Amino acid sequence: MFDKILVANRGEIACRVLKTARRMGIKTVAVYSDADRDALHVRMADEAVHIGASPSAQSYLLKDRIIQACLDTGAQAVHPGYGFLSENSGFCEALAAAGIVFIGPNTRAIEAMGDKITSKKLADEAGVNTIPGFADVLRDAEHAVEAANQIGYPVMLKASAGGGGKGMRIARNDAECRDGFARAANEARSSFGDDRILVEKFIEEPRHIEIQVMADSHGNVVYLNERECSLQRRHQKVIEEAPSPFLDKATRKQMGEQAVTLAKAVDYQSAGTVEFIVDPKRNFYFLEMNTRLQVEHPVTELTTGLDLVEMMIRVAAGEKLPISQADVRIDGWAIESRVYAEDPFRNFLPSIGRLVYYRPPAEDEHVRVDTGVFEGGEVSMFYDPMIAKLITRGDSRDEAIAHMRSALDRFIIRGVSCNLAFLSALMAHPRFVDGNISTNMIGDEYPDGFSPEDLPHEDPAIIISVAASIVRRYRDRAACIEGQLRGHERTVPSDWVVVMNQEQHPVSVVPTDGGCDVVYEGRTLAVRSAWDFGQHLFSGTINGKEIHVQLERRNQVYRLSRGGSQSDILILTPRAARLMRHMPVKAPPDTSKHLISPMPGLLVSVAVAEGQEVKAGEELAVLEAMKMENTLRAERNGTVAKIHFQPGASLEVGDTIMEFE
Amino acid sequence: MKEIVEQLEQKRAAAALGGGQQRIDTQHSRGKLTARERIELLLDEGSFEEWDTFVEHRCTDFGMEEKKVLGDGVVTGYGTINGRMVFVFSQDFTVFGGSLSEAHAEKICKVMDQAMKVGAPVIGLNDSGGARIQEGVVSLGGYAEVFQRNVLASGVVPQISVIMGPCAGGAVYSPAMTDFIFMVKDSSYMFVTGPDVVKTVTHEKITAEELGGAVTHSTISGVCDCAYENDVETLAMVRRFINYLPSNNREKPPFRPTPDQPGRMEMSLDTLIPDNPTKPYDMKEAIRKVVDDNEFWELQPDHARNIIIGLARMDGHPVGIVANQPMVQAGCLDIKSSIKAGRFVRFCDAFNIPIVTFVDVPGFMPGSAQEYGGIIKHGAKLLFAYAEATVPKITIITRKAYGGAYDVMSSKHLRGDVNLAWPSAEIAVMGPKGAVEIIFRTDIGDAEKIAERTEEYRQKFANPFIAASRGYIDDVIAPHATRKRICRSLAMLRDKQLDNPWRKHDNIPL
Repeated sequence: MFDKILVANRGEIACRVLKTARRMGIKTVAVYSDADRDALHVRMADEAVHIGASPSAQSYLLKDRIIQACLDTGAQAVHPGYGFLSENSGFCEALAAAGIVFIGPNTRAIEAMGDKITSKKLADEAGVNTIPGFADVLRDAEHAVEAANQIGYPVMLKASAGGGGKGMRIARNDAECRDGFARAANEARSSFGDDRILVEKFIEEPRHIEIQVMADSHGNVVYLNERECSLQRRHQKVIEEAPSPFLDKATRKQMGEQAVTLAKAVDYQSAGTVEFIVDPKRNFYFLEMNTRLQVEHPVTELTTGLDLVEMMIRVAAGEKLPISQADVRIDGWAIESRVYAEDPFRNFLPSIGRLVYYRPPAEDEHVRVDTGVFEGGEVSMFYDPMIAKLITRGDSRDEAIAHMRSALDRFIIRGVSCNLAFLSALMAHPRFVDGNISTNMIGDEYPDGFSPEDLPHEDPAIIISVAASIVRRYRDRAACIEGQLRGHERTVPSDWVVVMNQEQHPVSVVPTDGGCDVVYEGRTLAVRSAWDFGQHLFSGTINGKEIHVQLERRNQVYRLSRGGSQSDILILTPRAARLMRHMPVKAPPDTSKHLISPMPGLLVSVAVAEGQEVKAGEELAVLEAMKMENTLRAERNGTVAKIHFQPGASLEVGDTIMEFE
Repeated sequence: MKEIVEQLEQKRAAAALGGGQQRIDTQHSRGKLTARERIELLLDEGSFEEWDTFVEHRCTDFGMEEKKVLGDGVVTGYGTINGRMVFVFSQDFTVFGGSLSEAHAEKICKVMDQAMKVGAPVIGLNDSGGARIQEGVVSLGGYAEVFQRNVLASGVVPQISVIMGPCAGGAVYSPAMTDFIFMVKDSSYMFVTGPDVVKTVTHEKITAEELGGAVTHSTISGVCDCAYENDVETLAMVRRFINYLPSNNREKPPFRPTPDQPGRMEMSLDTLIPDNPTKPYDMKEAIRKVVDDNEFWELQPDHARNIIIGLARMDGHPVGIVANQPMVQAGCLDIKSSIKAGRFVRFCDAFNIPIVTFVDVPGFMPGSAQEYGGIIKHGAKLLFAYAEATVPKITIITRKAYGGAYDVMSSKHLRGDVNLAWPSAEIAVMGPKGAVEIIFRTDIGDAEKIAERTEEYRQKFANPFIAASRGYIDDVIAPHATRKRICRSLAMLRDKQLDNPWRKHDNIPL
């Protein structure tokens, strides 16, 4: 076994690998860029080596620097995580030349599976189901039409070097096929510098189901069952689970065995994933093989009880697989939600900045959090916006979903926008709950993006009783203040009116041991909680049922959120509630249609162009004043009508930098 | 006797109606509450004791003897907020437009005099068209009587003005001399001369809202300390605000229990200061994470945002917070921020509220606008206020403390009781670059040499150690321990005794 390994990655995956290595008693080395100087993976490792500037091309992608770091620290092996250099055969060769072990597959497997054409040919030869298609590169548009007719429409034209949806076109007839070929080739050329185009059968309502394989250097290969990753937004996975709610035993076995056959065909070693596309009739077709640890590997770990990273390390050290196929089980159900620093309400715009509060739910037998950040840390613009993975496990799928909903409610992130509300909405979506999903689901269900109106409906009694008991605590405490008139001390009344969405709900709130009893619409809700002032999360029970609500207090308004939905609540005395109807209902303030320079300074940059649509919160310009860079952001959605100053201009207070329509 | 009681009840009922149902309905239709409704929401339920319900005006000109309304346009008395006594006057716009008559003024003066005697705050709810013109100079005399009391009460009992309708002309000077002004957005305005006069005299066309609305006064002029959406919210917030204030200048501000442990560590503060010294960060995060329950009551949040002022509690005891804000104009001091913070420091000192100051200041704002505006004297106000304050003063230098601004911001030399620095603190005459360009003026053409000198200066002065070696800093602390250190210092200083020499009064550069 190795004494010391280096993890050539960052973020949550680096931390996850470090955890296993430490548990195995192996010393660890982290590498980091300028932006990651204080990152969590650097704090976790025994040693850390600085390898370059913030952009990954100048740090995490520099093979030589990483190999030098191994030599300098005496690391005997490198775990590449995913992304960066994890599927780079050149890196493997260079490591081998330096006498360092790559914790992953051999060069040949990486190369063979890295190319779509080669991998499909290999799969065909190995007897793996492949999508009916034309096995070779198309010569021209007419060739494409000919091939498409052989396969049968609809077909998909796609770049051989492609990925991420670029260079892909669907064609349903000859005309679309001709047009699609030209467009796909153009896009492929500009995106990948390689305009080779393939054609294959297009699958409607496809599911993305993948098989995890694990192989040792002694020719043993097992499959660790499947993961379903059909919930994707623009080809980016959002939620994954294991097992798939769609597969039956026979299909699983067939897929698993084919995956093993393919792995054996390339003398595969280490962890790998064979991705399949599955149609509504459970026909499955080989998509590609990922020769690395997948982001979503934890759902496999939680249902098989295995540590994939540990297996990878042991296999790399020459050990035999500790299990045979017969030992592989499916124990319960696991779901993974990817927590992204992006704003779901603003078209999933990536969000960067300081994590003012960052408190993931506590880990236990049902909840696992793979995180790469910490409270007070920075989400940087240089890397992937995925900041954590939340994984829950239950005996059944419903149980795993219930744990996930609770865990999402408990996840506190402030300072940076994140997609927790969107994840909660997906968890509550009837199609997800029924397992009726496909890779088109998010696009179909949220065609215009995600908006607060899409949030699942709340049981108002829950929010009302939680709000009432929180406010009761505040009022009772206010009544404890020093300096009251003796004999005329404040007694807090029990009757209040909760105002939610302009509707008034009379309640009666009586403090009891460990909480409050809230009487609402004739029923008594026993709210019990250890919540205390200043906490962002109200955890407790209502009539014995567990409940988690997040809380913000601003002036008189309490903003409560749960299950992805959010309510602004006002709590008034009955008298104030009656008088409240005289208060004007105000339209949202019409903020100025100008971006005004707030201070004298130098305009460093303008991030938008005339005619461009901007969302509230989007960066508009950067102003340097007193040697400080200040980012000016849009206060609301709008369109830039005119920009009055260009970068380099010297501005006075009150200068109009730009106007909106 | 029975007759009298019946008469009394009739009179009370009449008084309660103020200017009559029709005017009450008009008041409501404008989104405003009546004088009595406001008092109900301000005070603890049923605690209001009304005085002078039966006072009437004595004017006999212009047929006024025919128009009398019980109470004469203002409701006065006392009651409690969370069991603590306050005196209140609430102008009734339904009665002669809330205009101030001799009798109306006398009612206000009566509660102010009583508040001074017993040592309790005065809260004025202003909603008045101005002077009772029919009464002429008698009304003006009434204003002056109120002004005189505002001045005598200043620094003796807290005075809070809540502007809930018009407040124009001479009437603005009473709120102006009180400690805090709250305003209701869209339904209140304050100005010395209204839009009509402005138009006649200067030909400037401007609306009442633009000239003196809550937004104007909470952003541009700084007259308004806190602005809220409507009457109900504003009054609820005044209730909450009074919890921070002592009843008078002989009391300590009121303790209220908190579950927040004084020793709570905030590890995330260790990464608050960015590596790049020119990158801003939000000082409010430091404040919120240090005070009890993350609760910080910011005053004038939209005016002179380069400085932050407000109230919070630490260990249950109220403190005043003053902090430079690196997010705005790099946190430099200028005319507006000096005036904003200077007045707040003096308020805290007057009412025994300890002052906690967070410092990250690159200096005073340069430029002709500032010099012509008199930054010399305005900046001196903040300096003066800190120097004369005898309440406990705790200072945390988080990053820059440069030049004269270092001295101003509650430095050790101004009798700072406990002055602490984060490891990122740089206490120096100026930033390394500027300093080197002066000290090594002859090398200015030699970029390499300048860079070398700058690094040398940075090594030597861009840290807290020189200041600490002189004792200007009591200790260098880990940011995560800031709350604990402040709480302990405040506990140590709870019985601090310090007196300034006797004098009639000081001569602050107003």
